[in-house]
Amino acid sequence: MQVVLPRIGTVAAWRKEARRLAAAGVAPEAVIWSVGTAAPDLFAAALPTAAGAVALTLPRVAVEGLETALMHSDPERFARAYALVLRLSRRELRWGDRSDPMMRRVLDQEKAVRRDIHKMHAFVRFREVTPPGANRRAFAAWFEPDHHILEAGAPFFARRFGDMDWLIATPTLTARFECGEMQISETCDTRPPPADATEHLWRVYFANIFNPARLMVQAMQSNMPRKYWKNLPEADLIPELIRSAPARVAAMREAEAQMPDPRLQKRLSAIAAQRIKD
Amino acid sequence: MAQKALSEKLAILADAAKYDASCASSGGERRNSRAGKSLGSTTGAGICHAWAPDGRCISLLKILLTNFCIYDCAYCINRASSGVERARFTVEEVVTLTLEFYRRNYIEGLFLSSGIIRSPDETMADMVRVARTLREREHFRGYIHLKTIPDAAPELIAEAGKWADRLSINVELPTEDALSSLAPEKSVHTIHGAMAEVKARGEAAKDRTKRGTRAPRFAPAGQSTQMIIGADPASDGEILHRSARLYGDYALRRVYYSAFSPIPDASKMLPLIRPPLVREHRLYQADWLMRNYGFDAPEIAAPGKNLDLEIDPKLAWALANRQHFPLDVNRAPREMLLRVPGIGTRSVERILKARRYRTLRYEDLVAIGCVIRNAEPFITLPGWSPRGLPDDANLRARFAPPPEQLSLF
Repeated sequence: MQVVLPRIGTVAAWRKEARRLAAAGVAPEAVIWSVGTAAPDLFAAALPTAAGAVALTLPRVAVEGLETALMHSDPERFARAYALVLRLSRRELRWGDRSDPMMRRVLDQEKAVRRDIHKMHAFVRFREVTPPGANRRAFAAWFEPDHHILEAGAPFFARRFGDMDWLIATPTLTARFECGEMQISETCDTRPPPADATEHLWRVYFANIFNPARLMVQAMQSNMPRKYWKNLPEADLIPELIRSAPARVAAMREAEAQMPDPRLQKRLSAIAAQRIKD
Repeated sequence: MAQKALSEKLAILADAAKYDASCASSGGERRNSRAGKSLGSTTGAGICHAWAPDGRCISLLKILLTNFCIYDCAYCINRASSGVERARFTVEEVVTLTLEFYRRNYIEGLFLSSGIIRSPDETMADMVRVARTLREREHFRGYIHLKTIPDAAPELIAEAGKWADRLSINVELPTEDALSSLAPEKSVHTIHGAMAEVKARGEAAKDRTKRGTRAPRFAPAGQSTQMIIGADPASDGEILHRSARLYGDYALRRVYYSAFSPIPDASKMLPLIRPPLVREHRLYQADWLMRNYGFDAPEIAAPGKNLDLEIDPKLAWALANRQHFPLDVNRAPREMLLRVPGIGTRSVERILKARRYRTLRYEDLVAIGCVIRNAEPFITLPGWSPRGLPDDANLRARFAPPPEQLSLF
């Protein structure tokens, strides 16, 4: 049989459907999961049988972990999660047992989603779009996550930016926060918001907080992968900063060798003399 | 003198602040602005919003209020005798920059430090004014870290703690001798005095008064400090001993180690070296072992000794203390598991949890996430026996990078 989940509130809908299917005793291989409007399945059977009903009882960590893993972009995630909850509820498997391949896959996907949410919190960059005469300032951002995390990631911004209006658009969904109310809707405008004058100051800061004497490009890239760069206003400075770093350090060394330092020497010898006297 | 534009000042005063290693925005209380009357939140975990090509995270707007300074510390780019270009922010400029950057989600908050102008008290008062304006007038609830000036009056430190999440006072150099020769105006006693003050006020703020009301807030994310490595001849043993004392005596949250790196217009007293980045990394690893793995400083590096640069300090300890190994992973207590190379704190928790249900096998350790190659010689469990490995005289060669032929040219 076929289950079609909505694009908004996917995880909550999956949970409801999974309960219903388990209560009806439907086997995992008999369900085809999809999101949005799927093509009709020619072999889908209409009525599930009631034999072998399973009541889903899961520990709290398992529910939280599964709901996170269900935001992953893997199209198999719904089927895998349904098979897993049946096994967990029948006590065939313990949540967190990494020696089971299916469990491990779900745990790894959960981790990937958490990381993606964390990166969203870090790399969303707002641009000011306040209309003239408005009494609340307004900001907008364009962000491209790897997984379906907007609904889970957006409340963070509501807690952080309570006194302003904001909008975060992703290729599929858009989160909108206006006068203290947050709404999720389908994205209609896929253009990034126009540039903002403060970005210039941020770029000045980024270029100047960098220490050319400690160039470590690998460490930067593993934490800020290139896929995020195109939506970061500071990222196009990076190649030039890397390229010019060795020359800047060499220049510091040159200057170092020539610089006389009479004031410091004088002061130090005075301190040394004072010490000897004491 | 003509007034500098805001972006010019930002360039100078961010450049001057980059030698401070800390950029942490973690610890302390949780706040949010969901009610709509304020701006900002702290989650307790801290977020890095960008990474510079030096591999360091950018979490806070890290700037100096001014880089004019009456002190003359040889290692510092802003010392009185340096020819570096000078600038000074007004309180309003720092407040505006912080808020505008914060609203665009560039930063978690502000890390404000300053050169000393006129007097320590006046400088500290300006920094406190920035924090107070952000909190009181702008209702800012993001993170604030203030670098405290050790000679400032105790009332100013008390007020700094009221507005800031974290305070820090740099010990600058690992030994007293180095401090008095390279930073003639600073003294270990004043620095320690200020740290003790911050610790005492922090503890008082956690208590309740007799009537059960809360004491006034004081720097809920505690205090931290920074030491410069490689500008003086102190050994790693001395450095770690100093850190252990700082953690113990002043309840510091973190000690940061900053490899001394060439600065523009450096003093001639200091070595013309490449920053000792590997050494800095090993010191951080050793520091981690002291804070999270139950190691004592002398176990990692005896006084006067340096850390092995080729292998990490945990592995070095295990190689030097082979009488404890191999360890039975299914029976060993937590404190011994923590000492096995390749097994971190998270793996130890997973092992202890899984052990309650069944006996662990070699394959399970891989699934748990241990670095199995490092752990192998030191453990035994079903599916794996190290045989003679723990006593192998060449065991170090398994981990250290291969010896290199020196170049003739």
